[in-house]
Amino acid sequence: MALPPGSLLQLTPQGLYCRAAEAWIDPYRPVSRALITHAHADHARPGCGEYWAIGSSEMILRKRLGAAIKLNAVSYEQPLNIGAAQVSFHPAGHVLGSAQIRVEAGAESWLVSGDYKRCADPSCTPFKPVQADVFITEATFGLPIYRWQSGAEIAQQILEWWRSSADHSSILFAYAFGKAQRLLAELAAIGVSDEVLLHGAVEALMPAYRCAGVSMPPTKALSMVNKGDSLAGRLIIAPPSAHRSVWMKRFKFPQTAFVSGWMAVRGARRRKGYERGFVMSDHADWPGLISSVKESKAQQVFVTHGNSDGLARYLKEVEGISAEPLNADFS
Amino acid sequence: MHRFAALYNAFDTSSGNNAKVAALLKYLSESKPEDAAWALHVLLGKQGKRLITGRRLLQICVDQSQLPEWLLNDCYAQVGDSAETISLLWQQAGTCTRQPLHYWLEQLLPNAAKLKDQEQAAAVRQLWNGLNQAELLVANKLLTGALRVGVGPGLVVRALAQLTGLDEALLQHRLMGGFKATAANYIALVAPATTAESVPSRPYPFFLASPLEIKDPEIPLPNPPNNWLIEWKFDGIRAQLIHRANQVFLWSRGEELINNSFPDLVAAAANLADGIVLDGEILIWPPEAELPGPFALLQKRLGRKEPNRKLLAELPASYVVYDLLELNGHDIRSQPLSQRRNALEALIKPTATSCLRLSPRLPLDSWEQLEPLRQKAETVAAEGVMLKNLESPYLTGRKRGYWWKHKRDPYNLDAVLIYAQAGSGRRANLFTDYTFGLWDPEGKLVSFAKAYSGLDDAEIISLDRWIRSHTTERFGPVRVVEPLQVFELAFEGLQRSTRHKSGIAVRFPRIKRWRKDKIASEADSLKTALALLA
Repeated sequence: MALPPGSLLQLTPQGLYCRAAEAWIDPYRPVSRALITHAHADHARPGCGEYWAIGSSEMILRKRLGAAIKLNAVSYEQPLNIGAAQVSFHPAGHVLGSAQIRVEAGAESWLVSGDYKRCADPSCTPFKPVQADVFITEATFGLPIYRWQSGAEIAQQILEWWRSSADHSSILFAYAFGKAQRLLAELAAIGVSDEVLLHGAVEALMPAYRCAGVSMPPTKALSMVNKGDSLAGRLIIAPPSAHRSVWMKRFKFPQTAFVSGWMAVRGARRRKGYERGFVMSDHADWPGLISSVKESKAQQVFVTHGNSDGLARYLKEVEGISAEPLNADFS
Repeated sequence: MHRFAALYNAFDTSSGNNAKVAALLKYLSESKPEDAAWALHVLLGKQGKRLITGRRLLQICVDQSQLPEWLLNDCYAQVGDSAETISLLWQQAGTCTRQPLHYWLEQLLPNAAKLKDQEQAAAVRQLWNGLNQAELLVANKLLTGALRVGVGPGLVVRALAQLTGLDEALLQHRLMGGFKATAANYIALVAPATTAESVPSRPYPFFLASPLEIKDPEIPLPNPPNNWLIEWKFDGIRAQLIHRANQVFLWSRGEELINNSFPDLVAAAANLADGIVLDGEILIWPPEAELPGPFALLQKRLGRKEPNRKLLAELPASYVVYDLLELNGHDIRSQPLSQRRNALEALIKPTATSCLRLSPRLPLDSWEQLEPLRQKAETVAAEGVMLKNLESPYLTGRKRGYWWKHKRDPYNLDAVLIYAQAGSGRRANLFTDYTFGLWDPEGKLVSFAKAYSGLDDAEIISLDRWIRSHTTERFGPVRVVEPLQVFELAFEGLQRSTRHKSGIAVRFPRIKRWRKDKIASEADSLKTALALLA
């Protein structure tokens, strides 16, 4: 459904629009002013007149959208006056520099979650609950089958998997921005200090995390390893697009695993053809979604992404919270 | 139970067969015989009827979980497996019950299955509460009887051979005839080889043929036709007939004793000399008739546990013998087929008119005659021809190079996709179960076959997208789609049926091609299909 006419935020062909701020939040077409929740490609797109985003995402945004973009780097919880609206960015715990964006004007306040998660992540600022009249939440994993274990537990499983294969290399497939660095930080947090090798796509994101002071094991680009050198017993992190590509030719009988929340379901893992799946997500699990909605104290909730219909119906029927799916074409 | 769950997990997360065999070897070597016996029982797929249905387990889960039923159904749709859905949803409480596997399979699970309603729900929840997520998945799969984890008899035998140092063929033979999970049976299974390995009822492992793929029609096989025994490939069920110690045992290929279904064959076999084992095919074939009846008639016999006199008279069975495995109590499987065949012909005369018939030897002077012979198969109610190397011993399993099956070409029809339903497991969340229709005389599409296989992954995903955007109606999990997409279906046979709306039943339908070049109106009609019947 659409947003109520006349409300502070509206859905336009460019995306979620705030007239008071004359700004779009994560627009999917070029606009004059874009407020960016985080630097993933489906939320930050090129061609906008000016960008507003958290300072720690600046390096990545410039790398992806162009060094010359006009970017206003802001801090978490810094009060901003943009146009006639008061705007603030709050930690979303999704990836480095990710934010929920709160917009207030007249008598209305809205909170746009962007992508977020609730469990601890040593590679970014933890989620902080924020209150607003209206909450727009994501629902990527909006089913009660999705409940995450802590990152430390998963890191321990990954370490055992890696150590069990001294004769072969172990390749972990994970999204290049966010998940890969979180993996490294989680491994460092349980005491891993061995050098980890990285696919070029992952390597490209490392300076931003190193600059932000995230503690990670030493890393090296795989391309810097001499061709003939043995890769036995080494851990390599690569993006999922490298799975079964020519890039894999370099490895002799590696063991492979995919790190994603989707790996909670066996069928999903088998369909993707990975031997092993580790369940680690940068999105909120079911209890995380429900508690975030409650903590926002919002009188009206809109649900986007993933199982928006199901989560909205559950909030309405079981929790008694006014909620509707919002079928915005964010992609 | 926790050790068996760990074994399941090791199977599930290991890539190669060697790793699976190693995991099983470790499990068996650390297990008590009663637990090892049950593990084999489960892995060999010997579990009988399910103890509790997946639906019922979901119901028990929803009653306690305070989730609305529609949400549970959404979860199931995402996971595609009720046992796994519950393992992801159940919030465990209580302490861990470390009972061994045999106790679960002999006591806990069957006892819970015997209870009813609330008592059963309480018992099942109590079991769940003592388990972690991985154990819960396995326990539920044992209850629903659907534990499939890519470890079949082949790998089990390999692990047993490594464990005991015994020959794989011997182990395979010892496992034949229905392995019952008891400590004594397991101990006997892994005991050192003795000279007297005789259990009267025990069948030999079946030797299976491979499909013949012809690259050069002039030389389909390396040596000339007179090196081969050519026979019809009959469309019945494979069975082994044993006459030992004055008893008759008739075993199906699925290792089920089917004496009760075929008292006519058992009676005839009692007249054979003692110490004989035959390999052959069961068909509905009255002794005086020239040709056997279609497979559908045999299904009617198989459907009855004990056929009455009327059915026996209406649908008399024949056993077409094509191999002799044991003679005078001696295992002759290592002899070449030519010798076994001679001995068989001495035993059962080609002119015999009893219900034990000899599989006729088809003359073939040159390979040129092979194709016409194969095409003729239909006229004698056969599926195709068999080609067996006359020097071949009777091996076990599917070993390529000795026995070939060469089926006649399947039937083809172009049909329109009318309904779709999501698959399960690996295909959860994807519309992969398709129903196809043909045009009836009034210009309506009548459903005539379901097919699940034949499309590749890319086609499945693209068709899934199409189905989602072209759904016109939903009936529960079934979607009615716009009748636009045409598929060429292949199938083995057609039969009249009163149970199907179209009036015909097809055998082994599968998708051959997605006919994107055809529009729905160009698909075949029911009339065309009925013409294939004649």
